[in-house]
Formats: sequence, C-alpha cells, structure tokens
Amino acid sequence: MAKKMLEVHELTTKYITRQGEDVYSVDHVSLDIEEGKSLGIAGESGCGKSTLALSLMGYYFPPLHYTSGEIIIDGKNISGMDPDVVRKTVLGSEVAYIPQAAMNALNPTRKVGKFIEDVIEAHELPMDKKQIREMAEQRFAKLGLPVEALDKYSVELSGGMRQRVVIAISTILSPKVLIADEPSSALDVTSQKMVIKMMKDMLANGMVKSMIFITHELPLLYNVTDDIMVMYAGQIVERGTAHEMVFDPIHPYSRGLMRSILVPEEGTRDVKLTAIPGTPPNLKHPPAGCRFADRCRYATPACKVQQPPLFDIGGGRTYRCSFSVDQLKEVYAHEDE
Amino acid sequence: MKTNEKNKAVIEDTRESVSFGTRDKDFSKEPLCLSGRGVTRVFQTGKVTTVAVDHVDFDFHKGELISIVGESGSGKTTLSKMLLGLLEPTDGEIMFQGKPRDISTGAKKREYWKGIQAIFQDPFSSYNVFHKIDSVLLDCIDMRGGRNLPKEKKIEMMTEACSFVNLKFAELTNKYPFELSGGQMQRLMIARIFLLKPNILLADEPTSMIDACSRATILDMLLKLRDETGMTVIFITHDIGLAYYISDSVYIMEHGKFVESGKPDKVMLEPEAAYTKRLISDVPKIHEPWDLSTVDLLNYQS
Repeated sequence: MAKKMLEVHELTTKYITRQGEDVYSVDHVSLDIEEGKSLGIAGESGCGKSTLALSLMGYYFPPLHYTSGEIIIDGKNISGMDPDVVRKTVLGSEVAYIPQAAMNALNPTRKVGKFIEDVIEAHELPMDKKQIREMAEQRFAKLGLPVEALDKYSVELSGGMRQRVVIAISTILSPKVLIADEPSSALDVTSQKMVIKMMKDMLANGMVKSMIFITHELPLLYNVTDDIMVMYAGQIVERGTAHEMVFDPIHPYSRGLMRSILVPEEGTRDVKLTAIPGTPPNLKHPPAGCRFADRCRYATPACKVQQPPLFDIGGGRTYRCSFSVDQLKEVYAHEDE
Repeated sequence: MKTNEKNKAVIEDTRESVSFGTRDKDFSKEPLCLSGRGVTRVFQTGKVTTVAVDHVDFDFHKGELISIVGESGSGKTTLSKMLLGLLEPTDGEIMFQGKPRDISTGAKKREYWKGIQAIFQDPFSSYNVFHKIDSVLLDCIDMRGGRNLPKEKKIEMMTEACSFVNLKFAELTNKYPFELSGGQMQRLMIARIFLLKPNILLADEPTSMIDACSRATILDMLLKLRDETGMTVIFITHDIGLAYYISDSVYIMEHGKFVESGKPDKVMLEPEAAYTKRLISDVPKIHEPWDLSTVDLLNYQS
C-alpha cells in the first residue's frame, strides 16, 4: 500500500463572527491522499471548499479557529501547533498553498529571483545566494519556465506565466502537499492548460508529493485529479474516483452538480441542463437534519430531522444520504427515461 | 420505493431545467436586428496603434441567440462597447433594424438604448450603491414611458418582474443591491431587462462570476425572456462549453477578427480555422481525452 502523504481525521474549524457567533464551515471532515495522487474538491460557492484549504495548512488566524480533529502530513501531526511554528516548519516545506489570485501576490518592485531567496531565508536554510540561484535555475528549467524570468519583474510577465512562476516559487522546497485553490480560473483556456500541465508534471516528477485541487469547474477537475470529493455546507457528501463521480454520482447534490457540466462535445446540446433550486444553508444556524434536504427533490420528512452519516461502500467510495445506493439508482434510472 | 412515489408531485414542481423553444430554428429568414460591415476600432496612444477590432461583418437576426467567443485581448469587449454605442467605430458601419445607426446626439443615444440593453460580468459593480432596489426598477418603468402610472400599477409591474426571476419584491423593497448575493444581483439585472423589454440584450460574461449551478438558473431565465419577448441576445463569453450549448450561432474572435462563424454544431465540432481548433482542443472535456502533450511550455509566446 502506498504511503499516505496527508491524513485528516474529523477536522472541524470555525469562524467566529464579529457578533461572537460560531460558524462551523469545516465540519468533521476526514480525508487522505496517497503519495503521487491528487484529490479534487468540488462544490458551489460557499460550501466550505476554500475554508477547508485554509484549514488543511494548519495555519489559523482570526476569524478562522481550529476546533478539533487531526491533520497528519507524512506521519507528522500538525494540528493544534502554534501558528508561528507552523509558518516556519510547515508552510512551504510541508504544505504549499496557492490561492486563486496568486498571480497578483508578487510585489511589483522586486525581481522574481528575490522571492525565491525570501523563501529560503524564511526557512533559515544554509544556502548562499549562488546556491539559491543555481537551485532556482534548475527548477525553472525543469518546469519549462524560461530562466530569464528570474531576472524580471512580475509585471513584465503575462498572466499565465505569472501564475506558473508563483506556483514554481511556492513549491521550490518540494512540499509534501500542494493545495491549489482555483489556480487557473482567472486564466484563458490556453494558459489554463499550461498551468495544469505544469502541475501534473510536478506531481509526476515528485516535486510535490500529493495535490489537492479545488475548483467548481468540473470538466477541469475530471481531467486533473485521480479522486473527486464533493463538499456541501461544510461536510463531505461524496467521494469517489473522478470517473465514478462524473459518470455515476450517488448523492443527489453531486448528481445536480454533474448535470450542470457544459462541454463543447457532441451530445451536449441534447442534454437537459438542470439547476439545483435554492442556495446553500446559512451555517450560523445549520439545519437539524440532512443539510441538503431543503433543496433535494427526493427529501422525505425524515430527511429534515435526521442527519445521515457518511456511508463507506468500499473502494474509497463514500456518500452521505439516508437512501441506499440501490434506491437512488432506481430513481435516477426512472428519471432518465 | 414508496417514498419516491409520494414525492413525485413535489419533484415535478421544483424541477428547473433549461428549455429551448427554438433549438433548430433557421434565423436567416427573420428580420435583421443589428448588423455591421467593416466595423473597425483603432486605438492610438502616442506612436503606438492598436487595432482592437479589425473590419468585422456580422448579421444578427431577431430572436437569435449569438455568442461571440474569444480569449482575453481578442477584442470582444471593444466590439461590445461599439454595439452598445459607448464607443464609436473608427471605420465601418453599424445598422440597427436595417437602417444606419444614428447616435450622434444624447437624445438619439437614449432612444437607441431603449432598444439595446446590457448585463455585465460583475454584478457587484453594476449597481449604484446609493440607490435602493426600488429606484433601480422604477427607473426602468420610467424609461419605458410609465412615469405617470399609478403607484399600485408600478408595484404590480415590479412584483411581476421580480417573480419572473424567482425573487420576491416584497422582500427586496427598501433594500440596497449590495444586500443581495451575486446570483441574486444578476437575477435582478434580468428583472430590469424584463421591465425594459429591449430588442437586443448584450450579455457580457453574465455567468462567469457565479458558479456552475446558479449558471443554469440564469441561462434558463435569459432563454425564457428571449422566448417571451423575441429579443435578440448577444452573449460575449470565453466559456466555450456554454456558447456551444446555448447559441443559435457562434462567432469566434481572434486578434480583432472573426476567424470562423456559423451554427455551433459546425463551428465547435468540425472547426476549420486553426485558431478555433486550438481553442476547442484546449478546453477540458469529459468524453474525449484532454491532450496535455500538445502543450509546449518553453516555446509558448504570449
């Protein structure tokens, strides 16, 4: 069995609002990723995808607070560590995080090479400037980035190039886990493809040992990651391989998501596009029963009272619904007729 | 599966699916709504000349849904500004309902805008933050000549417009637009269009800031509105899957020129221009493999 790079057990984190209310936006989330594998996280806006990404770094700052659960990166438990220690010993070397607007994160008055020196300095590694430069040049060449980019200011680079440079800088220490939160959604399709190719290459070459990829663009997720996990209202509602999740979703919410996919392929125009009515619940006052019940077409009165557990049906497949797989499949088959 | 039998009625009610009344209609027989010949826009800054839109020809028919697809920097937005009359073309001619468009004075411009309206990408910056939702909608009624209608009638119209987009006017009245979510704001924009009933709606990336699920709802509302009022919808987008799904005809734009245009099935599935071919191959798909080996990281010039 392959080594687990990231293991998360029942992680719960909350936001404390200015009024002092607790909002649990990551609620008992458990997941694991093996070495060399990638996991995609899908869901609507406001489902807790980005909060999960922030929480997984173990670096909490108000209003986000750690409540309970464990984050184990390559055997090392980082949950509940002091933020300062996390910043020095975990960020960059164990976990790298790329937010959506990462390409705007570079200070326009400094050259790209300088940022790499900063990373090395922040981790207090014994390297002089020449060694850093050599390492940076090697890494850039390996990733298909022009070495001249090291001597440029960020504003001299195009959007797609800037995003690739940011990814290269943040993974210079070959972290165990790379968390990418919508890394390509601000780019056009051609630059997006290049960013994705680079990230897949990094995973294949071991420059990052595992990857979490967050996006609401499902065709992209399907092509990038091995597994897909769907989140709803802070909870995991389903996990399976990318193929299973796109072509054979179990949970009504996953199915709703998959039915919103639009790709320029034969047959797309004949598909009936179905929207999920309503909006995700306000997590200040989460529903007592199934969190999706209010928007679910199959919900029974019992669904609104009792919260379904996450069922494990083997092969890494889990789902959270009171109905059995057979029951759900039967309704879906009936609907498709 | 007793429970499902019971719930069947409910299931039918809550179902929202996008409907097409005119999927395979031939629009070339419909009257022309907006057309252009040799439309060009050149920007000059000092000695640098940029041709943003380069001699484009187009014919948009009544009730047709047109998508203009291109990457950032292809000239989509400049073209849309010219269509809206916010920018003058430096060369070429735009015809509105068969006649040359005349927007030389402020009054003529306002008259033109009764016929063409827009929804923009960012709903958060589409509203004046000092104006309440009521006044946003009242402005639309006034513009359609309803200034002297009794108050009850105006409220009735606003309620109807809001319910068209699944919003409740009673809950919105006396609120400010920023109190709504992004999807709701974009729906309120469509409610405005419902009141204004323009001949042409220009939608510049109306769904790119909202996620895929709400996207279906917005599209459904736009299509319903098109079917009811027979307006022409011009979609400006870089979402190729969306353009393929929704359009009656597609124009592919590169460096200010239309490189290919026609029915979506032809343009998207059997592209002829090299640019279209590349664009389509760069979109991640689910039935065909997404070939990453074509990406040449080192030799790409942007």
